[in-house]
Amino acid sequence: MNVGPALPDDELDGPEEGALTVLRRGIAQTPELKRGLFVSVLFALMVAGGNLVIPIAIQQILDKGVSSGDPDWSFVVKTCVGAAVAMVLLAGLNKFLYQRLMRTAATVIYSLRVRTFAHVHELSIRHHGESRRGVLVARVTSDLETLAQFASWGAVSWVVNATMIVTALSVMAVYSWQLAVVVAVVLVPIFPILKLVQKRQLRAYDGLRTRVAETLTAISETVGGIRVVRGYGQVPRARGQLDGAIDSQYRSQLVARFFFAIMFPISDVFSGLALAAVVGVGVWQGPGWGLEAGTLVACLFLANLVVTPMAEIGEILDQTQTALAGWRKVLNLLAEPVEVIDPATPTAVPHGSLEVRLEGVGYSYVPGHPVLHDVDLVLPAGINVAVVGETGSGKTTMAKLLARLADPTEGRITVAGIDLRDATRADRTRAVRLVPQDGFLFDATLRENLQLGAEATGSAVTDDEIRDAVRALDLDDWLAGLPEGLDTPVGERGEALSVGERQLVALVRAQLADPGLLILDEATSAVDPETERALADALAKLAHGRTTVSIAHRLSTAEAADRVVVVDAGRIVQVGSHAELVAEGGVYGRLYESWLGNTRAA
Amino acid sequence: MTLHQPAADPAHDVVPDDELPPEDLGADDAATGASVTRQGMSTIWRFAKLHPAPFGLSLLGGVLWAAIVVAASYSLGWVTNEVITPAFDGGISTARIWAAVALMVGIGLARGASVVVRRWFGAVTEARMQVSLRKDVVDRLLTMRLSEYRDRPTGELLSHADNDVNAATQMLLPLPWSMGVVALIGFSLASLFSADWVFGLTAVLLFPSLTALSRYFTNRVHGPMARVQERLGVVSSIAHESFDGALVVKTMGLEQHEVERFGGAAANLRDEVVGVARINSTFQPLITLLPNLGIVVLLLAGAWRIDQGAATPGELVQAVALFGWLALPMRIVGFLFESIPRSVVSIARIDDLLALPVDPAAEGDGTGAHLPDGPLGLSFDDVHYSFGSGQPPVLDGVSFDVAPGETVALVGSTDSGKSTLVNLIGRLDEPTAGSLVLGGVGVSALDPAELRQAVSLVFQESYLFAEPVADNVLMGRDVPDGTLDRVLDRARATRFVDALPDGRDTVLGERGVTLSGGQRQRVALARALAGGPRVLVLDDATSAVDPTIEAEILSGLRSEGATMLVVAHRLSTILLADRVVHLSGGKVRGVGTHEELLADPDYAALVTAYEAEPTQLDEAEPTQLDEAEPTQLDEPDGGAA
Repeated sequence: MNVGPALPDDELDGPEEGALTVLRRGIAQTPELKRGLFVSVLFALMVAGGNLVIPIAIQQILDKGVSSGDPDWSFVVKTCVGAAVAMVLLAGLNKFLYQRLMRTAATVIYSLRVRTFAHVHELSIRHHGESRRGVLVARVTSDLETLAQFASWGAVSWVVNATMIVTALSVMAVYSWQLAVVVAVVLVPIFPILKLVQKRQLRAYDGLRTRVAETLTAISETVGGIRVVRGYGQVPRARGQLDGAIDSQYRSQLVARFFFAIMFPISDVFSGLALAAVVGVGVWQGPGWGLEAGTLVACLFLANLVVTPMAEIGEILDQTQTALAGWRKVLNLLAEPVEVIDPATPTAVPHGSLEVRLEGVGYSYVPGHPVLHDVDLVLPAGINVAVVGETGSGKTTMAKLLARLADPTEGRITVAGIDLRDATRADRTRAVRLVPQDGFLFDATLRENLQLGAEATGSAVTDDEIRDAVRALDLDDWLAGLPEGLDTPVGERGEALSVGERQLVALVRAQLADPGLLILDEATSAVDPETERALADALAKLAHGRTTVSIAHRLSTAEAADRVVVVDAGRIVQVGSHAELVAEGGVYGRLYESWLGNTRAA
Repeated sequence: MTLHQPAADPAHDVVPDDELPPEDLGADDAATGASVTRQGMSTIWRFAKLHPAPFGLSLLGGVLWAAIVVAASYSLGWVTNEVITPAFDGGISTARIWAAVALMVGIGLARGASVVVRRWFGAVTEARMQVSLRKDVVDRLLTMRLSEYRDRPTGELLSHADNDVNAATQMLLPLPWSMGVVALIGFSLASLFSADWVFGLTAVLLFPSLTALSRYFTNRVHGPMARVQERLGVVSSIAHESFDGALVVKTMGLEQHEVERFGGAAANLRDEVVGVARINSTFQPLITLLPNLGIVVLLLAGAWRIDQGAATPGELVQAVALFGWLALPMRIVGFLFESIPRSVVSIARIDDLLALPVDPAAEGDGTGAHLPDGPLGLSFDDVHYSFGSGQPPVLDGVSFDVAPGETVALVGSTDSGKSTLVNLIGRLDEPTAGSLVLGGVGVSALDPAELRQAVSLVFQESYLFAEPVADNVLMGRDVPDGTLDRVLDRARATRFVDALPDGRDTVLGERGVTLSGGQRQRVALARALAGGPRVLVLDDATSAVDPTIEAEILSGLRSEGATMLVVAHRLSTILLADRVVHLSGGKVRGVGTHEELLADPDYAALVTAYEAEPTQLDEAEPTQLDEAEPTQLDEPDGGAA
């Protein structure tokens, strides 16, 4: 069975769009498709032509070659040789057109893939939540793959089969228009029937996919929590739950397979009906219409040439649906407006430490659910501020807005008096630097990771510059201690380095960029004491001479800051120095109390 | 049918998706040759024995289909000779016309019915087999020794239950189809030879050339197609990495750099796809052309034989109809043979898992010893543990006692063996040597169910299930009314749980409902308390809970008389214990009160290090402090939502 678990997909599907709407949107997005369409039709005609050679040859030979009892040998040979030559020629053309077609398809998919990827990076952090990540990856991989597979087979099949049906019916009409009409009438119901079964089948497979995902989730939960399951004597209960999930997957699977089982044979039945109609009507009325035996036999073969493509279209309906769904998802993603755009008339951001103002700033990830309300804050240039608050208080969002990872939905943010929206990306990247918590590194060497940091600002980074930055942060010892120095591979996501070391790398990156506003999202995970000390020192050095906003998770950071901003439920509730706020009590006072609770016990 | 098929699915025109094995190149490289075929056959035999009825019916459907296809060609021949030709030569009876019509309809219905039988029973066999295998795998996951989990990542275990089961059974759909096709070849050749030896000979000449051609191109396209998969993998991993690091990409302005990197990989993929298409563009027209050229030869031969009076036009028509099917067979059988190695590899992986021994402690059989009533003491007697022979010991002769109702803190550095000790108490693992005694009974002799009723373990990584909070706490156990209220209250979880969207019925993880680390730990604690344990073992289970709240919780538990063993990382936690056991390098280094142990410089250093650990502010929930005041009647609203 081929059904994988459905990818986590939080896309709110709008009303189901018809195939044509998706196609129109798709062509608007990728104009190269039009040319591909033209080549497909040409190709289809060649294929159809190739398929018609045989029935025509049979008709010719039966009627003119052998029916008289005295075969016209030169005619038979000529017909056969002609047919062979025609088929070889058409096969050659076929090869050529097929290549063209596939190249176009591959190119279209390629450009769509790259464009989608680029678009994802243009989207603001609103779209980059933890839960969305899998969905975004799916868009540029599996969703586009369904489209690629469709392009290399289903799409061509549609055109070829449709052409086949039309040409086979046309040739039949040349022999006998009456028989062509009979065949068409008999076969018309196949489409609504196939469509109906297909629809049920799709629904059944959707259900199956859901069940498969449920089974997998249930198993993975049990595996993940196996110590709890075992430690709490829950094995029988877990077995009951899992067996239940497996059984319900089985039932869904049988429903889906039922439609699979009856889908294809429908065309067998119709093929029988069509042949019966041709024989019945042909034999009964044929002589009156002036038909000949060979023509009628040819019509039998032609009737099959109509049924088979119909069945094939039936078979690809579901692939078509999947591909259209994938395509629609990709197009919807591309249609997501880019919020953070470079200004048409940018204002340059000065070098040196920056004054920062938040004026009535509000932000909501989901409209109607603001996580920040009406935040007003003025940070003089060069100040060192700690922002504290509980998880979910909105402090991290505030940091992200400062780096323009998204634009505030209300109010504005200025640095050195310039609205962040009026600065170019390059300027902003240079002047404002957010050092995120996770210290994500690319799977490359340390040097490459550090060079990346400044590459974007326009200049190549030399080893000397890197060493200067390292020295400025007093991290020479740390760098010297790495097994291969700057050539040390950092591993996937930087995981060859410790959490603390990754943070050090992030700090060196920031030092290289030399920003006027530094935003630090302090890591929550503990690091070993030695690295902790190095981090604290490097941070202090890096912060020197810059406006620094630290999203503080530790009271020691708050204690050391010039000013503490306390955020609660999306609002600033207290601002002041550590000492002032302790005296003031309130939210900060309680945070402080609870911190003391730990050490006082000693 | 001369339609081109894509490389990824080379028989699409004749075979519905699901009867084909999923394309997976490379996986079958490891296992090839006669032994694989033999193993494949034995796997099929194993499936057949388990579900003989649907399996047999699916094969019957396949063979029936072949018979009907050949019968259909005969009937075409018969209609040509006995109905069409005479009809144009002077007319025939109406009865005969109706007979011909009925024959055509009947053949169509019968062919359809045979396909339904083949597919449906094939699907039933497959589905039932999957259920059998999946339940076996799940059962083993639930009952195997937990030490087996250590070397197996979750993803691997999941893939046994998912991919491996699917792959192992995937041949069950192409199998009856292939059987039918093999039968079709036999029937066709017989029928062609019986019509005329020249027709038969033409088929015999055509058939091997098709097979050879098919094999040749399959081999040629194999490498490029494997590379397509590889390059797709690169594209995918760049997308993963790049989107994972989206924040870094944004903060450093690396968008363009990333697009170029991804674009390069996507271009490589495109080139390889085009390469495969180029090979296919030669193969596909050829594979269609050959049978058609065969038909031309047949027509020539037919004209000659008809002229000689050795064959009739009807027999020629019949032969032409059969030739149309000849391009199909070898490809279908080929798919079966491609799917066999994958099935064999997967079934072997499943069997490896199923061969693992069952842990007798996983479930009780009710035969074990029972515990006395009242508070329980716990003693460790020269307990040893190591992960395997030759491995350094994790526990190296640990002995100490915990008196009934006593609270003991277990303190030690990261590798001191604390968590292993905890696992042994819950019999999640067995000591290599030595014994644990609970309430005077050896832990290994106890009925596991009774052990788990008496002892509750709470782990540092508080694992919660994607179920309602209430289910997470009660876990379907038979508990007195009011237990949920009581334990949530005891674990100081009432306030935040009731503030969740659906209160206690809130499904965790749904609609973005997440709990902070401290909240999760408190729910896990409530779960432990719900069983009414007489011994409570906390493995750093309150590490993310605010110290003030932790102190309240722990002193509350202490006053209830349960025996407690607490693995502690915080000074405040240690101070709540009656005695402290200091574990170092798998040995007990000291036992005594905190003050007594401070005389040991190692212990003092360890505890000082704990003190210096940064406190995280996020966990502090100021309003929870209010809750601690029992006299306060009107609780302030808002705040810690």
